[in-house]
Amino acid sequence: MPVSPPIVAALSGASRRYGPSIALDGVDLAVRRGELLALLGPNGAGKSTAIALCLGLLAPDAGEARLFGQPPRELAPRRRVGVMLQQAGIPDALQVRELLAQTRACYPAPRSAEECVRLAGLEGLEKRRYGRLSGGQQRRVQFALAICGNPELLFLDEPTTGLDVGARESLWLTIRAMVAGGCAVVLTTHYLEEAEALADRVVVLARGRIVASGSVAQIRSRVVQRRIRCITALDPACIGAWPEVRSVCRDGERLDIVTDEAEAVVRQLLFEDAALTELEVRRAGLAEAFAEITREAA
Amino acid sequence: MDALLAVPAGRVSRVRCQALEARSEFLRLLRAPSFAVPTLLFPPMFYLLFAIVLSHGHGGFQPGVYLLATYGVFGVMSPGLFGFGITVATDRENGWLTFKRALPMPPGAYLASKLMMAMLFATLIFTLLAVLATTLGGVRLPARAWLLLLATDIAGVLPFCAIGLFIGSALRAQSAMAVGNLIYLPMSFLSGLWIPLEGLPPVLRTIAPVWPAWHLGRIALADVGQAPGEAVWPHVAALLAVTLLFLALARRRLVRG
Repeated sequence: MPVSPPIVAALSGASRRYGPSIALDGVDLAVRRGELLALLGPNGAGKSTAIALCLGLLAPDAGEARLFGQPPRELAPRRRVGVMLQQAGIPDALQVRELLAQTRACYPAPRSAEECVRLAGLEGLEKRRYGRLSGGQQRRVQFALAICGNPELLFLDEPTTGLDVGARESLWLTIRAMVAGGCAVVLTTHYLEEAEALADRVVVLARGRIVASGSVAQIRSRVVQRRIRCITALDPACIGAWPEVRSVCRDGERLDIVTDEAEAVVRQLLFEDAALTELEVRRAGLAEAFAEITREAA
Repeated sequence: MDALLAVPAGRVSRVRCQALEARSEFLRLLRAPSFAVPTLLFPPMFYLLFAIVLSHGHGGFQPGVYLLATYGVFGVMSPGLFGFGITVATDRENGWLTFKRALPMPPGAYLASKLMMAMLFATLIFTLLAVLATTLGGVRLPARAWLLLLATDIAGVLPFCAIGLFIGSALRAQSAMAVGNLIYLPMSFLSGLWIPLEGLPPVLRTIAPVWPAWHLGRIALADVGQAPGEAVWPHVAALLAVTLLFLALARRRLVRG
């Protein structure tokens, strides 16, 4: 039997309130070495609170948080962690190389400044002040600061917000390379295709509780719906009346049909319209699954 | 599991970490003209104007020496009130403080770096004033007096850093700036840093012990022989009390988050 990799960060029965509202309600979470865990959920679901507890930025009201088996407020476990928060607040007046030097000095075995610059795609910007960088460049500086300590565990809170497609994909490559090298990553994102592209495991939070957890394929298969697209002369209102069909909508010349029983619907479509063309059947993506799961939880 | 819990190889140099942190704080403020220009320019400018160009001494009062001490105090208040106050408020507001808390920085390094920044500014202000005083002002003091004054200016940032920290922990950056100014300029005047209190209405002399700047001013004046026969320790005690009070107040606010 394969031994599962050691746990690098864990919440057990962790709860946290802000005044009367519960941000996190008895959450159990374990992040293992070398895995990329995507933490998904609508705004206010508790993703940032979960990360804040793991990092010791907040103390849990109940339950506990552990980083490398130790309390997260200890210095030693945090020396093995890199962080990219949603709101960075980096002082505008400081240069990229100054920020790197300052942050690298906190870690026992940091990456070289050159490597950080290369991995984050900041070549030629070392002497630029942070405030004079574009939004995407600033985000890349934050990523460079997160990886500069050569971390074994990386928290990335919405890392690619504000990046263009090219920059996002090069960041994905770097993240994948780090995971391949044994680094664990906890990622929160609004882009479900990002979780789909990167994550080994997905945890969905809603209202402070874990409502789904598993591989991307497992999460997707929780949703039985499939989507059928085709060009047909049939009346959408008629198709909508079939018992297996959940919804029909017209998208240009195509019809878009959502159903739990794709085979039955396709058979009926071909039977009623022999001239039907451009038939496509697609399983629900993570986005549809996510919408379904969080709707159920609400 | 043992391998996992082992501390990775390599060591963190606390000194280096702290020094780089302080350097960043210093550069950050030096590159902010709205802070650096008034802080570094006003004390020497006022000194040039009132102690050298428009000076008229009488009796034991030597403007060149008196104002060297009091403009020094005026100068060292600013990095504490503004450097501390506004940067702490800004860091709290925009998330930099949260990021710093997430980093494996030794506890206390964040505040220590700002304190070092304030002391560096105090040294710069002292140096600028000392150069003006010895060259254009013709001030001659024993080496001991210079050293005492430098020590007073450097240590004197403490109570104002504590007040600045409290302001920064309680207010947003915009309001911290306004409150800083509201304290800075009136307190400087009411503490006799610009004009000796002897030349002002007696009521101002009566309330002067309320102002930390007055106590620091008296120590600085004693350093350069402008407060004959006055005991220094009550002023030191008053400033210590102010420092501890505001540190405690700021701590309460910061712990609450």
